[in-house]
Amino acid sequence: MFILEKTTEQVKEVRVVRSVYFDHSGTTPVHPAVAEEMYRYLIGDSFGNPSSVNHLGLQVRKKVTEARDIAAQAIGAAPGEIVFTSGGTESDNMAIHGAAYTNKSRGNHIITSAVEHHAVLNTVKALGKQGFNITILPVDQYGMVSVDDVAAAITDRTILITIMHANNEVGTIMPIAEIGKLARERKIVFHVDAVQSFGKIPVNVDELGANLLSLSGHKIYGPKGIGVLYIRKGTRWRQTLFHGGAQERLRRAGTENIPGIMGLAKAIELAMENREAESARLMVLRDKLIKGLTSIENVRLTGHPVKRLPNHASFLFKCIEGESMLISLDMKRIAASTGSACTSGSLEPSHVLLAMGIPHADAHGSLRLTLGKDNTDDDVDYLLEVIKPIVEKLRNMSPLED
Amino acid sequence: MYSEKVMDHFTNPRNVGEIPNADGVGEVGNPVCGDIMKIYIKVKDNVIKDIKFKTFGCGAAIATSSMVTEMAKYKSLEEALKLSNSQVAEALGGLPPIKMHCSNLAADALHAAVNNFRKNEQVIK
Ligand SMILES: Cc1ncc(COP(=O)(O)O)c(C=O)c1O
Ligand code: FES
Repeated sequence: MFILEKTTEQVKEVRVVRSVYFDHSGTTPVHPAVAEEMYRYLIGDSFGNPSSVNHLGLQVRKKVTEARDIAAQAIGAAPGEIVFTSGGTESDNMAIHGAAYTNKSRGNHIITSAVEHHAVLNTVKALGKQGFNITILPVDQYGMVSVDDVAAAITDRTILITIMHANNEVGTIMPIAEIGKLARERKIVFHVDAVQSFGKIPVNVDELGANLLSLSGHKIYGPKGIGVLYIRKGTRWRQTLFHGGAQERLRRAGTENIPGIMGLAKAIELAMENREAESARLMVLRDKLIKGLTSIENVRLTGHPVKRLPNHASFLFKCIEGESMLISLDMKRIAASTGSACTSGSLEPSHVLLAMGIPHADAHGSLRLTLGKDNTDDDVDYLLEVIKPIVEKLRNMSPLED
Repeated sequence: MYSEKVMDHFTNPRNVGEIPNADGVGEVGNPVCGDIMKIYIKVKDNVIKDIKFKTFGCGAAIATSSMVTEMAKYKSLEEALKLSNSQVAEALGGLPPIKMHCSNLAADALHAAVNNFRKNEQVIK
């Protein structure tokens, strides 16, 4: 992507600066076709409330039904199993809290992993303070959950297993189908956070064996603040967090976010159309990034070398702090991300990297580059070119010995 | 997030490096986020004649290191000891609240270097 830096009348020469967005796991730009679709539901007479019995409401209601069909088809679900939410965080909270409380008479044990997104991990931890017993499974050096560990953790009291499909920080793809099989055999509710995997690798609720599955709009070129919770028919789950109207068949109260739902449906449609070709294209760029960066001294890949998202490259740079690397890259107009303590707000390094056994000091030097639709081979070359002097400069400044 | 001054000192840090036979060296680790800063000083007639730093830390840590070396250069040891983290942060046009602890690192490293110099001096005497 190119952007114009300055265009005053006096300036004859327009400076064109390369601008590269490598943070698609953080969020994605809204696809123009998605924005267009949303706009249609913000203007004119498309403002109806789908619960209202008048022609405006009914017209919108029909559209929501279409959107639900699109979402259902994308993950191999039935339309009645799709609930629109305000995003990945709400889907995770709703899924976990609802499953825990609905199954309270059957047991009180919940299993999750140490590398889950905070939307899952903190929800489970909160339940740990409300009388539930929680097991947080460790991961291996690649951030991978072991199926055997899940099997060993299951007890007669286990009511819920929640494991992510792909990790947002290191891109590792978990053995979800095998865990799903275990859960089904033991009749335990299984929730999968598929926020990062959806649109990049196949996500099919039957193949994964999921009872509950979370999706988010803004990771797939859709809008922020919209998501999906898939709830398999017959799953012991009830809405336990939000009380209100009877929308979404009593599963999610509140007047529907129509522009969000319509934008999300458009984004899902585009994702399904483009997924295979786009993933293949990005995998080539990803591997070039990995090869280029790991050829720099004391830089290594984090996450699984093979079982990883096609657009995801993450690294550790020894003796460099992530925020200073990010600022330096940003000055070259490259947007990336890090799990360094210095950027975390809590000043704690990434719980994912720590769970993988990476020492606190090394976690400082983490860099995540996640690719998307506008990235080109030139972008990768540009990053590889500008990062070397940055690394050299910051390492020269570092009091740590390699 | 950062002021222009911070960005300036981050991009063009002053006095980066080591002083091979420094008269005083101060190294401090940041207990909050785990970063490390090292300051080297050369002292003559109770005045800091040369000062250099090495820092492993965030943008604010690098900028405050750079600023503190500028502020301390040619100051007497007493003046250097009086330099506080808030003065460094102020000289940089302020820091985001969550980054204030990084400026502690700079002042602490400077004070540690001065104290180290004084200790060395006593040993020699
Ligand atoms: C794995 C995972 N789960 C959940 C979320 C939260 O989604 P949202 O931002 O839509 O609330 C994210 C996004 O950061 C994520 O990466
Ligand atoms: S040095 Fe870690 S936050 Fe500043």
